[in-house]
Amino acid sequence: MADVTLRKVTKRYDDVEAVRGIDLDIADHEFVVLVGPSGCGKSTTLRMIAGLEDITGGDIMIGGDVVNDVPPKDRDIAMVFQNYALYPHMTVAENMSFGLRLKHYPKAEIKSRVTEAARMLDITDLIDRKPKQLSGGQRQRVAMGRAIVRNPKVFLFDEPLSNLDAKLRVQMRIEIKKVHQKVRTTTVYVTHDQVEAMTLADRVVVMNHGRIEQIGTPNELYHHPATRFVAGFIGSPAMNFIPCRLEEAGGKLNIRLTDRIAFPLPPARAARYQNIARSEKLLLGLRPEHIAEAKMHPEPGVEAFDAVLDVTEPMGMETLIYFTLEGAQICGRVNPNAGARDGGPLRLVVDLNNMHLLNEGTGAVL
Amino acid sequence: MTSTVIIDKAAPTRTVKYGSMSRGRIWALRWSYFFLTLFAIFSLVPPLYMLITSLKTSAEISAATNPWWVFHPTLSNYVGLLTSNQFLTFFRNSAFVSIFVVTITMLISVPAAFALARMRFWGSATLATGVFLTYLIPDSLLFIPLFKMFAVFGDWTGIQLINRWYVLLLVYPTLTVPFCTWIMIGYFASIPKELDEAAIIDGASWFQTLTRIFIPVAMPGIIAATIFAFTVSWAQFLYPLVFTTSTDQLVLPVGIITSLIKGDVFNWGQIMTGALLGAAPPLIIYAFLMDYYIAGLTAGATKG
Repeated sequence: MADVTLRKVTKRYDDVEAVRGIDLDIADHEFVVLVGPSGCGKSTTLRMIAGLEDITGGDIMIGGDVVNDVPPKDRDIAMVFQNYALYPHMTVAENMSFGLRLKHYPKAEIKSRVTEAARMLDITDLIDRKPKQLSGGQRQRVAMGRAIVRNPKVFLFDEPLSNLDAKLRVQMRIEIKKVHQKVRTTTVYVTHDQVEAMTLADRVVVMNHGRIEQIGTPNELYHHPATRFVAGFIGSPAMNFIPCRLEEAGGKLNIRLTDRIAFPLPPARAARYQNIARSEKLLLGLRPEHIAEAKMHPEPGVEAFDAVLDVTEPMGMETLIYFTLEGAQICGRVNPNAGARDGGPLRLVVDLNNMHLLNEGTGAVL
Repeated sequence: MTSTVIIDKAAPTRTVKYGSMSRGRIWALRWSYFFLTLFAIFSLVPPLYMLITSLKTSAEISAATNPWWVFHPTLSNYVGLLTSNQFLTFFRNSAFVSIFVVTITMLISVPAAFALARMRFWGSATLATGVFLTYLIPDSLLFIPLFKMFAVFGDWTGIQLINRWYVLLLVYPTLTVPFCTWIMIGYFASIPKELDEAAIIDGASWFQTLTRIFIPVAMPGIIAATIFAFTVSWAQFLYPLVFTTSTDQLVLPVGIITSLIKGDVFNWGQIMTGALLGAAPPLIIYAFLMDYYIAGLTAGATKG
């Protein structure tokens, strides 16, 4: 087991810079998820850690040793691929033991490790089957088993759940978390699914355009995003962004959304945003759960307004509502009994205690 | 039976029209069968004629009777050939040459294809195309310079290659290696990249990746390439005709025509018998490996 460190790592393909100087410290036993849209450089970063891609610049360290020029087999890592990459001509047991057999481990040791891993992953009954006789979920378990038996310093997962259906994905997500709780191996996990990232990670690394946008725990990223990209990428449905500006009204600071809608800021927020120029073009960032139906006794900082709904989506435990404000489509979450209906009016409240204010030009959260 | 559920298997009353086959599809199938039958007849008539002729005596062959019927069947042609030392020598030479050529071809083309398909190195793509272009040069163009080369080589070193059956072991691979390498490049390219990456991370060297992963996975392709190499070397006519002349060095196709055609006398019965017996080994190999051969030919075509 070991920590993984990336120092100013870059990757360039001819004239495309896929990874543009990444600094990342992954602690021993930590589960880190690299997340971002396709083409953001997350897979390339993982493959550089694995040694499957050369690095153009910078240093990669595993367990304190620089491994820039160390071949993959000597890095003591194990990797799980999106398409499983099981050896089709070998049985499950042979697939799992292949790495150990290449290193000439004693037969008894191989057998006990494979048995142990198979038990942990609940695939003991499948041990003599060929990959083609397995379902997608079972294949993914075997691929994980192949990684576990090696007992490596680092696990690398490259979008391992993308080929599974939604239900199985949730189940395997829990399996992966359980396995990590048992073996505690340092893990780097790549996905484009922010839900996977949030549920699995100790820390999430959000990447975009070959750079790291933000590193933090799932809660930090959700509640304190640093940029518009992170704010919009993490959370589903995504955060609403409403063009707005600040204005002074009777010695108090207001946030004006439209000609007709302006809200007074709660005192804590007013103090924080006091120094922002009043002419600055801003965005109000509000998560859907902070736009709800009006209640009888509003709390401080919760302001009401009327909206005409475009569409409603009943989800059972809640209803998602969509309406338009200054040309922007806004999503809110209301109680199923709030009386929301397509095309109907509804009195809504925004919880400004949980608002984010962003600079429209730079995308930075203020 | 206590079950109350009645399953009436004769329930559908409309006439069954082979599932949902449309008229267009039915006609397409009829045309396919028509042309397939035509082609089957076309390609089966010569071997049938060979079989009929091989069962006739020379007298009956030259007699003006119905050539498609045997009136006095005899096995004398078969007995004659199979007891002739000469014919058995041709057969043995052919077998030796083919087996060695197949071995040499596979030992060269499988590792070559692996290197060209997977080990990205400078110029590998150009080299792969070059290998294929080599195959496009016809043997009728190559045999003169090759003959000259062997003659000069013999003059310089004193090692005589011409008129020895083993010279064919050097010559045939010029035909088989490029094509087999090309087949195997296609086949290896269809194996997902992650498979060798997984093997590399598992600690396999390039050589182990080839022997423990690629060769077993690509077995259908390798068998297809083997069959091709065997067929080419077994049926090769021009090269052995040019490079070997003594009767004890000849392979079957050349041996049959040189020993059974004496001047303008054609021993048709034995020629047909020899050709039929010579066609047997490839036929047997095809029959056993047919499924593999088809899998091998189609696997490279569609990725996935």
